[in-house]
Amino acid sequence: MSIHDLEKAFQDKIDKEIKIEPKDWMPEAYRKTNLRQISQHAHSEIVGMLPEGNWISRAPSLKRKAILIAKVQDEAGHGLYLYSAAETLGTSREQMVDDLLSGKAKYSSIFNYPTLTWADMGAVGWLVDGAAILNQVMLCRTSYGPYARAMVRICKEESFHQRQGFETLLVLSKGTKEQRDMCQEAINRWWWPSLMMFGPKDSESTNSDQSMKWKIKRKTNDELRQNFIDMIAEQIKLLGMTLPDPDLKWNEERKHYDFGEINWEEFWNVVKGNGPCNKQRLAARNKAHDEGAWVRAAALAYAEKRKNKLNNKAA
Amino acid sequence: MNTAINKYYYGDIPDGAGDNNSEKKSSTAESAWPLWEVFIRSKQGLDHKHAGSLHAADAEMAMENARDVYTRRQEGISLWVVESKYIHASNPDDAEMFYEPASDKVYRHPTFYDLPDELKHM
Repeated sequence: MSIHDLEKAFQDKIDKEIKIEPKDWMPEAYRKTNLRQISQHAHSEIVGMLPEGNWISRAPSLKRKAILIAKVQDEAGHGLYLYSAAETLGTSREQMVDDLLSGKAKYSSIFNYPTLTWADMGAVGWLVDGAAILNQVMLCRTSYGPYARAMVRICKEESFHQRQGFETLLVLSKGTKEQRDMCQEAINRWWWPSLMMFGPKDSESTNSDQSMKWKIKRKTNDELRQNFIDMIAEQIKLLGMTLPDPDLKWNEERKHYDFGEINWEEFWNVVKGNGPCNKQRLAARNKAHDEGAWVRAAALAYAEKRKNKLNNKAA
Repeated sequence: MNTAINKYYYGDIPDGAGDNNSEKKSSTAESAWPLWEVFIRSKQGLDHKHAGSLHAADAEMAMENARDVYTRRQEGISLWVVESKYIHASNPDDAEMFYEPASDKVYRHPTFYDLPDELKHM
């Protein structure tokens, strides 16, 4: 078959909603796009543990501490599911980890913002995980089989993350004035960065949209962002708090909320490595990796030694 | 394929975007832990089903990692781990040839046989 025929057969499969599996033929650009997206997603889960890990030792109660540990452990697990999915595309775990540690690979910019108070744990769960879930629910139907299966598993576990976040804020919203202020300030801090999580506006791109055609994505950035805003603008009423956007209001004609302009300069600045915590996050990952080097080496040496012992016994 | 992808989706920032001011690191020197496939029996009486994969230095560690990664919510009561290199897979390119002989043997299915309605318990 010529490359043209192969590409046509590939697109036919996609159009018929047949999943692509690791050993199937796929265009090189499809493989690369998936690899980049899945590995960035994995890195985001791993770096995403840091802002919350920051509060494990200072959680206000044993219950909250146990919940936070469980959530952070889930994120480690999600990172591992995704690394495995990415490996099926022909890269190694070591290569991906190296790319993260060197700063070559990207992860979601949202994790380059600091978690200043306990209320940030609530805002991160509600807003950041809420935004991530919208994207992840869509990705459960992505065309690459291993990615879709990892997302199904992740979505099952992720729902508790968002619910515990909202509940954390709900408790604060019914508390003292200091607690209510803390709640509102955390929402103010996380609102705009959460909207940036969906990526640049659709109008920024003039090229034909290959990711949609290949059904890697099924909704555009703007569609997902609008879904999120419509959802949160209603949910916040239960908290009795406000979103920090004077232009936010229901548009009866569109049946959607209108909202103010996102600061894209800030977005690109954080992507470029100049966010409040970019350096700190990478330094923390590098420290953990370096300090764990002897454990990895020891485990391998031990496995090797046991294998030799078994072989000697057999001989 | 001449279609360039330059739209930055959520979780898809191109590697070229932005500057990296952190110093470059050479590739991880230590050799890698092998890859393992994990199979879980979700409850007594059911088959083990493939759940995913992970890296571990040996079988014992693979088992413990599988427990931590794949059974945090009581997803299983029994685990199998096997090093991925021991799994032989059929080739999707051969699928047509490989499975074809089964497709024209409709008489292997019970619905192939046209029997009177009066016939009971069959």
